[in-house]
Amino acid sequence: MNPQALMDGLIAGSMIGLGAIGVTLTYSILRFANFAHGEFVAWGAYFALAVAGALGALFSGLLTPIGPFSFGWALPIAALIAIVLNGGLALLVDALLFGRLRDRRSSIIIMVMASFGAALTLRSLLEFIFTSKPAYFTTALQIAQPLGGGIRATPDQLLSLGVAAVLVIAVHLLLTRTSIGRSMRAVSENVQLAGVVGIEVRKVIRIVWLLGAALACIAGISAGLLVQIRPQMGLDLLLPLFAAAILGGIGSVPGAMLAGLIVGLSEAFAVQLIGAEWRAAIAFVILVMVLLLRPQGLFGRPE
Amino acid sequence: MSVELISYGAFFLTMALTYAIICLGLNVQWGQTGLFNVGIAGFVAIGAYVSALLTTPDTAGRIGGFGLPIVVGWIGGAVITSIVSFLIGALTIRLRADYLAIATFGVAVVVQLCALNLEALTGGPFGIGFIPRPFAELAATPLLFSLANFAVVALLVIALYFVLERLARSPWGRVLRAIREDEPAALALGKSAVGFRLQAFAIGGGIMGLAGAVQAHFIGFIAPDNYVPMLTFQVWAMLIVGGSGNNRGAILGAVLVWAIWAGSAGAVASIFPPGEQARAAALQIVMIGVALCAILLLRPRGILGELSVVSRHLGKLRRGVAAPAPTEEKTENAANT
Repeated sequence: MNPQALMDGLIAGSMIGLGAIGVTLTYSILRFANFAHGEFVAWGAYFALAVAGALGALFSGLLTPIGPFSFGWALPIAALIAIVLNGGLALLVDALLFGRLRDRRSSIIIMVMASFGAALTLRSLLEFIFTSKPAYFTTALQIAQPLGGGIRATPDQLLSLGVAAVLVIAVHLLLTRTSIGRSMRAVSENVQLAGVVGIEVRKVIRIVWLLGAALACIAGISAGLLVQIRPQMGLDLLLPLFAAAILGGIGSVPGAMLAGLIVGLSEAFAVQLIGAEWRAAIAFVILVMVLLLRPQGLFGRPE
Repeated sequence: MSVELISYGAFFLTMALTYAIICLGLNVQWGQTGLFNVGIAGFVAIGAYVSALLTTPDTAGRIGGFGLPIVVGWIGGAVITSIVSFLIGALTIRLRADYLAIATFGVAVVVQLCALNLEALTGGPFGIGFIPRPFAELAATPLLFSLANFAVVALLVIALYFVLERLARSPWGRVLRAIREDEPAALALGKSAVGFRLQAFAIGGGIMGLAGAVQAHFIGFIAPDNYVPMLTFQVWAMLIVGGSGNNRGAILGAVLVWAIWAGSAGAVASIFPPGEQARAAALQIVMIGVALCAILLLRPRGILGELSVVSRHLGKLRRGVAAPAPTEEKTENAANT
């Protein structure tokens, strides 16, 4: 077994985990499986690409690589702007589509179908604007440094692992230690009751979208930095995202991240065993096994 | 000229009616039972590949190719797809409502992967060609050939329509609707919700598989690229536009949406320069996506909504009651949507 698979799996898993946190939050608080969440990952990456491109064209000094990394200051600045834009996109989709369906008390499955329609619309819109050609933040090549034990990693890869770890801890603290986190958990327990005790449900919903979109944006930027940016990247991530959210237990943030890493690592090791062409099937196998053996997931409560 | 026009018309309608069959299958799953299937493309593909394997002549380098009659292929495609649907249903139907959606999405991904990678069975990315076409001996006279094909598919749709209408009005169909509308009440009457849902899901899946098989024989060639999420999306648009829960709506929606799709594809091809065609095709999908969401928001019942009276005996009873009955029906409908 090639030890490098461990590194590859951790990196892919951290991106899946970040996306799965968004899926698990919308699932537990808005109560539907959002098929459009993968598209927020892709849109986040393209927002950052467009902003970084514009910044680079205006101030070429921002393109000089920072320290050991392959990108200049244009990318971190663009990432912050992209997070805001992506949050705006999520709120816009909610205002145009999901919010109206919620007001009408549509059934869960209508929401799922609407998210499916939104996903195709958003994806094709990306393909229309940016074409289906893969894009990259930088074309600079990085040498992977040996870390010992036969594992190598580039500085970019280590950075995105670190960012993912910090974000997971931050979101976990937000949910468990702050008043808005308490409100979010209350709404996920019982919407009516939360409203009765004076929690502003609309605000909680807005926070859920902003948080989900921000994490998706970071995942998209990491994927763009380490692999490539394509309009289809959201679609390809969708099954791993759902597998991780269900394996982790719906509503559990640490569960989603841990399960994301499990899915990423399983994919990486399975690729070594059965070949890269079957990578997309791994998430499905995990999903089927979870549904068979432990439908409530690792950290979920049985219904 | 007019001969070509009739030929084209027959070709267009045959294609639209193969979609109508998929729509009828989806209507059993979604329209009548409320089961959300996001992997339609996968189920259609299973039917198409099974039928192709059963009926194509033996080929070197590929397993299968049994050279069986076309009808055997169609039945085989329907049966195998039905079994796969049953297994997926058995896995997820007892759990949350949208786990089925996620699992069917996974099925579509995995079927696509198998079609691409199991080259010895499916021909890989190049697919399977030379699938026998019904009435191949008439191919010399294109008009007769396309009319004969159209007649077969049309007869199949009509037969399916009557069987499904019959089913929907039977006690079995009424139980399905009862479970969809008020599960505790149906359970209290001693009906097994899981069992009935599973049966409906397997029957709907089998019909989708049949549609895939029919389509494969009509086109004569299949490849993994035919079975992308776009297909799932088109079929959903068809059922929602036509009116879910209504078999006539399913057929009408299929013909209408296919006409809009083919028409706008033609417009895209003639308006945009060759270099921009791929982009314009993406825009075409955006428009259909927006339309689907708009219909969900504005007219969730579709053109022909679901009929609220499913049994003629019940209709007689209703007529016997005093005047307010129709208005009651309307509010009931509004609540259902």
